Amino acid sequence: MPETIEKVAIRLKVNGKPHSLQVEPRKLLVELLREDLDLTGTHVGCDTTYCGACTVLMNGAAVKSCTMFAVQADGAEILTVEGLEKDGKLHPIQAAFGDSYGLQCGYCTPGLMLSTAQLLANNQQPSDAQIRKAIAGNTCRCTGYQNIFKAIQRAAQTVKGA
Amino acid sequence: MGPEAAKKNWVGKPLPRKEEDRLLRGRGKFADDIKLREMLYLRFVRSPYAHAKIVSVDVSAAEALPGVVATLTGAELAPQVQPFIEIAPDPGGKIKDYALAVSKVRYQGEPVAAVVAESPSLADDAAELIQVEYEALDPVIDGEEALKDASILHEEAGTNRVWRGVFEYGDADKALKEAAYVVNIDRMHFHRFSSTPLENNVVIAQWDPKDERIYYQCNNSFPSFAIQFLAAHLQVHIDRIRVQTSDIGGSFGIKITTYPQMAVCAMASKKAGGRPVKWVETRSEHMTSSAHGNERTFRDTRVALDKNGVITAIVSRHIDDCGAYPRYEPLGCVIWSQVFPGVYRFKNARIDFSQAVTNKCPVGPNRGYSRMQHLWFLERVVDICAHELGIPPDEMRLRNYIRPEEFPYTTPNGCVYDSGDYPKMLQVAKGLIGWDDWKKKQAEARKQGRVIGIGIGTTLDSGTNNFGQSQIVNPGAPFSGNSQGANCKLDIYGEVVVAVGSCPQGQGHETTAAQVVADVLNIHPDLITVRTGFDTERNVHTGFSGTYASQFAVSGLSAVHGAAQKLKAEMKRLASSVLNTKEDDLEFGAGAQGPEVRARSTGKSINYWGLANIVNVNSAVLPVEMHDVTLNCRYIWRAPFKVPDTVKKYGSLTLTYASQLHIAVLEIDRETFIPRILDYVAVDDCGTVINPGIVEGQVYGATAHGIGAALMETCVYDAVGNMLTSTFSDYTPITAMNMPKVKYGHTETPSPHSYSGAKGMGEGGAAPIHTVSAALQDALFADGIFIDDSFNNADSLFRAMVGKEISQAKQLVRVERRT
Ligand code: FES
Ligand code: FES
Repeated sequence: MPETIEKVAIRLKVNGKPHSLQVEPRKLLVELLREDLDLTGTHVGCDTTYCGACTVLMNGAAVKSCTMFAVQADGAEILTVEGLEKDGKLHPIQAAFGDSYGLQCGYCTPGLMLSTAQLLANNQQPSDAQIRKAIAGNTCRCTGYQNIFKAIQRAAQTVKGA
Repeated sequence: MGPEAAKKNWVGKPLPRKEEDRLLRGRGKFADDIKLREMLYLRFVRSPYAHAKIVSVDVSAAEALPGVVATLTGAELAPQVQPFIEIAPDPGGKIKDYALAVSKVRYQGEPVAAVVAESPSLADDAAELIQVEYEALDPVIDGEEALKDASILHEEAGTNRVWRGVFEYGDADKALKEAAYVVNIDRMHFHRFSSTPLENNVVIAQWDPKDERIYYQCNNSFPSFAIQFLAAHLQVHIDRIRVQTSDIGGSFGIKITTYPQMAVCAMASKKAGGRPVKWVETRSEHMTSSAHGNERTFRDTRVALDKNGVITAIVSRHIDDCGAYPRYEPLGCVIWSQVFPGVYRFKNARIDFSQAVTNKCPVGPNRGYSRMQHLWFLERVVDICAHELGIPPDEMRLRNYIRPEEFPYTTPNGCVYDSGDYPKMLQVAKGLIGWDDWKKKQAEARKQGRVIGIGIGTTLDSGTNNFGQSQIVNPGAPFSGNSQGANCKLDIYGEVVVAVGSCPQGQGHETTAAQVVADVLNIHPDLITVRTGFDTERNVHTGFSGTYASQFAVSGLSAVHGAAQKLKAEMKRLASSVLNTKEDDLEFGAGAQGPEVRARSTGKSINYWGLANIVNVNSAVLPVEMHDVTLNCRYIWRAPFKVPDTVKKYGSLTLTYASQLHIAVLEIDRETFIPRILDYVAVDDCGTVINPGIVEGQVYGATAHGIGAALMETCVYDAVGNMLTSTFSDYTPITAMNMPKVKYGHTETPSPHSYSGAKGMGEGGAAPIHTVSAALQDALFADGIFIDDSFNNADSLFRAMVGKEISQAKQLVRVERRT
């Protein structure tokens, strides 16, 4: 193992805010968000890209930030759970998860809401099967998914109505 | 808030959860979110072998790496600590358990050494430089094999059998002799799995040299148990240990047994000069070495039935596999007997119960802990007997259920089932699923060669343990009863603040506690602050405080209710003096000045600020006879238990019995052998419901865990003890793609054993495991196939249906017909 690892300069926008940082090439995007930017709403639940607790939007697409190097996000726009609310008001997806008992421990919730954001950006009338597929990469161990399905349907309705 | 709102009865309402806002905004505070000044990061070096001698551990290369602050080995640690307390009597009690392996390793993933460094990645690098030399020993993977003692795990104990006890009630031999039918079942097996909370274990420990105290911030879910183990192990005064938890990303019991890792982190901090040490478990560490659920084998079962198919006796031999170290075990050896007869009326039984150590991950309480294994066994017995005798499974259950008019029902082993109505639950569930329709569809589908089964699972979720049952395992164990603490106060400015000794992981305790206090004080729950998480420093915990074993609705809320009542009584005394009126002239509610106490006769009132002001900062006006009023009221709720009869293994072991009745319709694809759930109903009875939204959510969650466990999730070890399911990608926790739509129903039989009529719930008795097995049995019985394992996937069904490798009814089940 090399004694010192050369750092790489990157720039990216997170929740609308620009950042320039020096990172080790092996640093994961989720580590950058949690450790360097202190955005701890993005979580880690596994080490094999299974659980989606780390899901964020990168240039509008849902990605698993545990499976990307920070350097791969150079020049990108990232949206994390902390960027969902507007002027203190909950995003319709956040409100729908809350109103539908769509969370228990809340550990999976940020990732699920961002997968939902991607789904609803492309499809405001998702079918049951489309909802399931959109969150297939997000594990929740508490809710049994039933209320999450309801939350996403409810969110679709408000997003559509807005 | 208008008087209207104040009149509401808050208990029983589906109130939005107070916890929600911060979690939705990504502002939850989970243990891994915490960063402390000078914090170091710990990594474990773990054994690749299931069973081996440690020849040498060389940490020199790791210590030489810049940024590494300290290393720790088992040999270094052992002389500085006491082995962990063993709950088992001898021979299990002789086991020496340390947090880092000392001279041998006993499961793959067992920690052998630890390293702390300035960053997580440096700690990773350093861990790779620690050289451990092993000499492999014969591994023992199977519980029954282990009992043969061919290769011994713990030489100090001299045997792999940790514990053995015979639970015998009535006269089973006589019943067997007089039976019209005797059904013999050779072997059944309940598999090993884990509810795998999405957040892994996390410990931050600081052994602060300034005050010689140990500070923990972690996600352990039973801290008052952990500190008892830690204080004895680290040989410190228990008050020296402070444990705090904040938001916890699920536990399901799995986070109860993290005290060994907590011990290592404290010792590492001590060695690092008191700098805080953080350990964040990876998922593969979690899978190989956190805790699994108990695996159990049922041998030589004999069931006596009368000519109507009523079960009169069960005799069986059960072998529980607890993995490499018993730890919280062998409590599992008795906890199953909380539901000894399940939901059935049979009076005669003899269960010969043993627990064995094997070279696998230690087990710990896992949602449905120790009871689900037994309930699955009973449900299999009922279904196999029903099919063999040609009685429809629903009819078989009705003939054997404890009847509604028999409650409170005393079981053969002295447990008291508080309330229930199983026939009604069956009726509700059958209605929801459309039983008769499905029966018709099933018959038609069979004609077309499709394989469809319909199965029922009836289970119990026993809540609020009598810890006296530990004395059935070990008469010397110093535990009995159960208790929980709470504190309710008016703070200096009159805010209502509640603290409880629980540490919730999504069960909504902040909300339900506020609902209870809101009703006592007749104010809106939003006016009540419930402290988040657990903290020993709040001084509201008892030795049983934590969140486990389906009990908050009973123990936690009873404590909260008691504390609120105490506070209300003090407020009344004080207000009656200030307002110069009798106590029974007073009413509680909210007025223009916020929450207040009013005199009905005069309309005069004093608000909470006024009351708190007198007691806290204006005390010269407090009348002398009220100097005992603190408006800061601690209440300890104690369950009304006695110590059980340890010789007869008889007594009341739990306070409440919630019940679940599930029905599944399932089809096995003829081509792929993939079992697919076509329809699913879950009916729940947890007594009086405090918050319907939360209860329904718990039912769905437990249902997903059960369906996952029945069809997808199993901990697989190969013949030499390599764990083959050490990542989520191998273990495959159930996802949205596999989770069927669940139809939810509920019935309500209030518990006479809790102040509110509520019963603890949340574990759900693992009903789906029993239900899915029942449906598979129903689908395959006609082909002579017998479901003898709680885990069934396409692979095992293929082997059963085509390879015929799985046990078949004809060989494994033998019926003696005497009529
Ligand atoms: S942490 Fe990224 S997928 Fe699990
Ligand atoms: S709410 Fe706990 S993992 Fe989803």
